Amino acid sequence: MTSSITNNKNTRHNSLRNGPDASGHFGIHGGRFVAETLMPLMLELEEAYNIAKADPAFQKELAYYLQHYVGRPSPLWHAKRLSAHLGGAQIFLKREELNHTGSHKLNNVMGQILLARRMGKTRIVAETGAGQHGVATATVCALFGLECEIYMGATDVERQKPNVFRMHLLGAKVHPVTAGAGTLKDAMNEAMRDWVANVENTYFLVGTVAGPHPYPAMVRDFQSVIGTEARTQIIEQTDRLPDAVIAAIGGGSNAMGIFHPFLDDSEVPLYGVEAAGLGLDSGKTAASISRGAPGVLHGNRTYLLQDDHGQITEAHSISAGLDYPGIGPEHSWLHDIGRVNYVSATDTQALEAFQTLTRLEGIIPALESSHAVAYASVLAPKMTTEQNIIVNLSGRGDKDVPTVAAHLGVTL
Amino acid sequence: MSRIKTCFDRLKAEGRGALIPYLEAFDPDRDTSLELLKQMPEAGADLIEVGVPFSDPSADGPTIQLAAQRGLKAGATLAGTLELVSAFRTSNDHTPIILMGYYNPIYRYGMERFCQDAHKAGVDGVIIVDLPPEEASELAPYAKAVGLDMITLTAPTTPDARLKHILKEASGFVYYVSITGITGTRSASEEQLKTALARLRSATDIPVVAGFGINTPEQARTAASISDGAVVASAIIKAMAATFEDGKATSKSIPTALEKIRSLAAAIRK
Ligand SMILES: Cc1ncc(COP(=O)(O)O)c(C=O)c1O
Repeated sequence: MTSSITNNKNTRHNSLRNGPDASGHFGIHGGRFVAETLMPLMLELEEAYNIAKADPAFQKELAYYLQHYVGRPSPLWHAKRLSAHLGGAQIFLKREELNHTGSHKLNNVMGQILLARRMGKTRIVAETGAGQHGVATATVCALFGLECEIYMGATDVERQKPNVFRMHLLGAKVHPVTAGAGTLKDAMNEAMRDWVANVENTYFLVGTVAGPHPYPAMVRDFQSVIGTEARTQIIEQTDRLPDAVIAAIGGGSNAMGIFHPFLDDSEVPLYGVEAAGLGLDSGKTAASISRGAPGVLHGNRTYLLQDDHGQITEAHSISAGLDYPGIGPEHSWLHDIGRVNYVSATDTQALEAFQTLTRLEGIIPALESSHAVAYASVLAPKMTTEQNIIVNLSGRGDKDVPTVAAHLGVTL
Repeated sequence: MSRIKTCFDRLKAEGRGALIPYLEAFDPDRDTSLELLKQMPEAGADLIEVGVPFSDPSADGPTIQLAAQRGLKAGATLAGTLELVSAFRTSNDHTPIILMGYYNPIYRYGMERFCQDAHKAGVDGVIIVDLPPEEASELAPYAKAVGLDMITLTAPTTPDARLKHILKEASGFVYYVSITGITGTRSASEEQLKTALARLRSATDIPVVAGFGINTPEQARTAASISDGAVVASAIIKAMAATFEDGKATSKSIPTALEKIRSLAAAIRK
């Protein structure tokens, strides 16, 4: 055990942490499926990122902002009342909701904005679902005085009003996207259209581990701070590795961030929780791995919700941040090789978990994160009280209060 | 010899560039799009691009987005689009047909099966917007086996060294996306086109056509004189869509599209 605790460097030949390959593929997934106009930019971005990544000055600058602006490290909280309530494994919450702006999104945004500045870009575009990524992006644009354009599905603009107003306050321009169902997928299309038309001065700040290479790898790297901290913290608190790690999956960035430093700990089961929506077989779901098939969208190959003719279908989840018909390509690969278990939680289970955690621990989780808590509520009772589970609490739920109230029949 | 090569050789002998109108399959319904397709050559189309509707056309502007939505609503699929081309071929065996679309419907259909069926249907080339040369090797052998040209896209952002590299394997013709942007928005200037074509000519010997942002007969004439052909999409679709009532074709729809094509063709032949 000691050896696997200390031997966590991804220098091993057979490490699962070495992906992607040189052209950005994770198995059959990933890659760079973009229009030629963007292709030279992808190559330029990859080069710029590789140089920055290897530059101690860049790492030092990032560490500075993570500590003093984002507020890292985030605590690992032993949720004793929730654990007792579930009557099984001990639940440890990785408190990403305590980051500035209220979610894990800022970890990635901080990294990419520093890169965009190094690349001399002056205008930032981003897509957002729940608005957490949009808020995080608008925040750093305010911090560094950069022009900020956020694309957000019209449906999401409606159900995430507090975040839309926050973005306005931060000086960003929010463009509601009416195409399709007006959710994250459509916002992503529109952000890509803006980018292709403004390649000269614009940086596309992707909010999850999706998109063309190098985004999936880069966003994962920036989010891996979650897992690196959590791994150290759980060992400090319990003297050993955890018996399970659970995270919710929209595009998959908070999950990839917490999983990656554990990938080579083969004795640690990892669970990615997709949003089942109204149920996996209801036709109203966002579970791309459980109910999708490999395909190409938004610059990468991955599991996608689609019909028999290759048309992408609309996802559904109560949580805007999970309402996406795809998943990051590295997850698709981890599914194919069987390293991570992809499971799901329904809207109803998430709502229940939202309320349970709030009452028992005084922590209001984001509806996205509530899916991870919901699966922990299924898994923990099947384990012993000596076993430990880390749940990634990716964000706080203030933004979801209106949605939850509506579902509980309460008029605010 | 392929239809594409025969076509460009003939145009070269005539001393003019090609007019390449675009039509979205099943927009606004199958029969209207088939009828329009059949009448396009007569109106002056030298080659025809047939758009395969996709749910997420991220490189397209509002006009083609809406056309794709109408097509999908009318039941468009990749198989249905191939069937449209088959039907066209019963009365026309010389006008090259190029399918333009996104990769996922093709990937889902099956790469080998797609190339074989496209060839059987009478398709001559494919332009796949989101399949750059770096990813195209998984499809290319199947296309090559049946003589289907995979048209290489180039853009203002493509550096010279990359142009040379990606055009080494190019077949049929080269498509120059003349602006950085999406379809149906801005247009390139004559100067910009000239500079770009000089770059392209030094990287390839096969015909180069320009597309994106070509709307008026004047622009088509300029583009087709500098390059070897002008692709016009949004302008034709927009004119036709203006005749729709509740998203449905009217008696004016096909004549309006053909009128637009005739005016473009006349300008190119001036
Ligand atoms: C709090 C929170 N958690 C999770 C997600 C899902 O994204 P990802 O899967 O990339 O972590 C979001 C997205 O908006 C979010 O806001």
